[in-house]
Amino acid sequence: MVYENPDGVMIGLEVHVQLNKLNSKLFCGCSTDYHNDEPNTHVCPVCMGLPGSLPVLNKKAVEYAIRIGLALNCEIIEQTQFHRKNYYYPDLPKGFQTTQYDFPIVGNGKIVIDGEDGEHVVRITRAHMEEDPGKLMHIGHIEKSKGTLIDYNRSGMALVEIVTEPDMRSPKEARRFLDKLRNILEYLDVFNGTLEGAMRVDANISIGGGDRIEIKNISSHKGAERALLYEIMRQKNLVRRGGTVVMETRHFDEARGVTISMRTKEEEHDYRYFPEPDLVPIRVSDWVEGIRETLPELPDARRKRFVSDYNVADTHAKALTSDIRVADFYESVAKEVDPVIAAAWVADILKGELNYRDLGISAFKVEDLVEIIDLVTSGKITEKSGVDVIRTILDEGGSPESIVEKKGLIKVEGDIVSQAISESLKENPEALQDFLAGKEKSLNFLVGQVMKKTRGRADARSVRELLIHEIDEKYR
Amino acid sequence: MPETIKQVKEKIANSSAEDVISSYLEKIRRSSINGFIYVAENALDQAKAIDSGNNGGALAGVPIAIKDNISTIGMPTTCGSKILQGYVPPYDAHVIERLKAEGAIILGKVNMDEFAMGTSTETSYYGPTLNPWDTERVPGGSSGGSAAVVAAGEAPVSLGSDTGGSVRCPAAFCGVVGLKPTYGGVSRYGLVSYANSLEQIGPLANSVEDIATLMDVIGTYDHRDSTCVNRDINYRSSLEDDVSGMKIGIPKEYFGEGIDEKVEEKVWDAIGKFEELGATYTEISLPNTKYALAAYYIIAMSEASSNLARFDGTRYGPRSEGENWHMMASKTRHECFGAEVQRRILLGTYALSAGYHDKYYLKALKVRTLVKEDFDRAFSDVDVMMAPTMPSPAFKLGEKMEDPLSLYLSDVNTVPVNLSGVPSISVPCGLADGLPVGLQIIGKHFDEAGILKAAYTFEKNTHHHMNTAGEVI
Repeated sequence: MVYENPDGVMIGLEVHVQLNKLNSKLFCGCSTDYHNDEPNTHVCPVCMGLPGSLPVLNKKAVEYAIRIGLALNCEIIEQTQFHRKNYYYPDLPKGFQTTQYDFPIVGNGKIVIDGEDGEHVVRITRAHMEEDPGKLMHIGHIEKSKGTLIDYNRSGMALVEIVTEPDMRSPKEARRFLDKLRNILEYLDVFNGTLEGAMRVDANISIGGGDRIEIKNISSHKGAERALLYEIMRQKNLVRRGGTVVMETRHFDEARGVTISMRTKEEEHDYRYFPEPDLVPIRVSDWVEGIRETLPELPDARRKRFVSDYNVADTHAKALTSDIRVADFYESVAKEVDPVIAAAWVADILKGELNYRDLGISAFKVEDLVEIIDLVTSGKITEKSGVDVIRTILDEGGSPESIVEKKGLIKVEGDIVSQAISESLKENPEALQDFLAGKEKSLNFLVGQVMKKTRGRADARSVRELLIHEIDEKYR
Repeated sequence: MPETIKQVKEKIANSSAEDVISSYLEKIRRSSINGFIYVAENALDQAKAIDSGNNGGALAGVPIAIKDNISTIGMPTTCGSKILQGYVPPYDAHVIERLKAEGAIILGKVNMDEFAMGTSTETSYYGPTLNPWDTERVPGGSSGGSAAVVAAGEAPVSLGSDTGGSVRCPAAFCGVVGLKPTYGGVSRYGLVSYANSLEQIGPLANSVEDIATLMDVIGTYDHRDSTCVNRDINYRSSLEDDVSGMKIGIPKEYFGEGIDEKVEEKVWDAIGKFEELGATYTEISLPNTKYALAAYYIIAMSEASSNLARFDGTRYGPRSEGENWHMMASKTRHECFGAEVQRRILLGTYALSAGYHDKYYLKALKVRTLVKEDFDRAFSDVDVMMAPTMPSPAFKLGEKMEDPLSLYLSDVNTVPVNLSGVPSISVPCGLADGLPVGLQIIGKHFDEAGILKAAYTFEKNTHHHMNTAGEVI
């Protein structure tokens, strides 16, 4: 089956990835661990752009950028350089952003994604390093805000901007690309995608060879898909009404799910790029092979290894490796129990239950799943009960053991107790009649009989409840 | 009377640092040249600390004046601009850390052309500084305050910064010694940038020896400036009274048209002196000199237009009201930058704009390469070059303010040095009509030793350095 792309949609992405696994910012020693701290507490003269301060390039950030380039099958430039991108904005403390221009560190690569019609190649144009600006917080709504607060904690965080060719043919492919990219970046251990602002996306889209529209301010993969779906609908409607799409930049309003015009081509900035005089060009060609050797296992390789080492189905292997945390979780479980059974539990059951609740794998403990799988495989509880235990842990908490006990899920013990109850009732009709006639005390006698039959392995209080239940069902 | 570090140290030894500092503070208080725009309140306390035994360091108790574009903790750093009025840096520049570590006492901050953009110290928001030799004349610029206070005896030494001649010009106009180190020789960390690729912090003093002493203190490696070069240089060890065999190049483009005859005469006298002392000279050519000035101004203004973008009234300094942020920033900049700064920002912005970038900025970079090659070629045959620092002695206040172009032209002999990055020192070489003339000695990259030796020998064998604003010998 070949995807026809009926509307002639072409989508290219610019993805800003924050290298938040670095210890310090791109050009100064400030800590990157600011997410839970007060505003403007992770700042210094350099990232505040105070007069006279100078940048010093974080070598580790350069290594991370090279790592990303290698993982995206890209070329690494021999000598890289920084430029200044000049524009005025209050979140930009120097009045320019230090970024890369005509000598980006990474060029020319590709990622293979699950496209509309199977494997689909998305070409990477380039990836470059730059600094993150600060963050504005508007008091009230952006359009009629009474004031704006600026937090420079984020200012100077290292970003890598990854730019693709317009190779995606649908919003779904764009989302798949982002999912895959995020997964690779997490495997590389350069980035934690769960932190706020870790990945920000600008999308370029054209339809049927028309003008290109840029959508800015997309902060999630789901948001990218929604923004693009909206944009396709908007452009098609516009053309249907006789309008023409003209090149412009639009802003995605996540809350309303719409894109809003920001500026047309005539209003585009002239950024007046020129080489950053405070940083010298750096030769990185000698670093590349060393970094390549330390590159961790990437998703596609891990998927293959799961098939060969654990003998799991490829569909399972793919599902398990599409998030490094799930893959790590699986491997921990697979060490303790049969890997094939573990794969089914993680990929088919646990992932589904987590997705349904919008939770990550960290919401579940490896030991708990191991215990549940043990209970099922040893025949103590049914598979259905196992699923029940997972759901209960996620919804109410507790350990598998306590849940099994509380819910009486143990197959064998449950049978013994119910058998003892029905025998006791049959063997003691007088006591039963007394109880039915309102003599509460005769219930104690019946409980005693059941306890005797089960040799004390049953819980007296639950026996009491089960007896009442049984009497209500069968004898009233 | 202006003093050297050695004289100051003797005084401290004979009386106390407190006495020395209070007499300097007294001189500053009585000053009429408007050199200091901020006087350090804690200078006396520091002197007392030195006296009470805390007297380690090569500059223990030695007072120093700091150009107001060098960041100092707890002291205003205004760059001579209204836009930084009230700004007090929370950190020290590398050179300030070094001075403090060696026991120097900062007397205060001295006047300058606004953001170092000028050749006369007249563009300062805090009023012009006057030349102690003739108070109707400018002290030169942009480090006019740094030179004037040293010449007037209000500080024995000072720091300035040199982007296109801003240390050497006022040194020449005020009859003191001033060095522009090799680019990368002194950390710029904490120096408020005007044109980053061109400028260096440099010392001014009453003797060549003091220049070397200061360079040993401030010229240490600093990783916070990525353009700072890690080299182990001992500047004082180059102070030898010996120029025999030294080959001097006389760049013909630095003489002739536009150069005051009396200035030229004094410079030739100086060259004659070097010959007498055993050096030889040959005329050389730096053919691209004629393009240097234009290239310099394009590069400097382009960088400045970006460097000065951060002054928007958001984080520090005064703020004008506006209906939104862009209006606020725009009005602040309009109201708080002086005319010369606004002119340079506009020209620099223009030179970097789409459609003009290649024609101006890129072309200027190409000229810069040619100018560098001129120096490299010439320096394969000679050890040092000598020329007038400035085409004329100090001009009158207001004389060139209405004609920026003629002011720019006076930088013609100093800017090629910044374009190529080589070191250069200006030393007094006599008087023309009662005003000091500066001899510029230019060296090879990181060969401060060569020009310090030449300057030291010249000083040892002449009396020009003993002429002072109050007393001509």
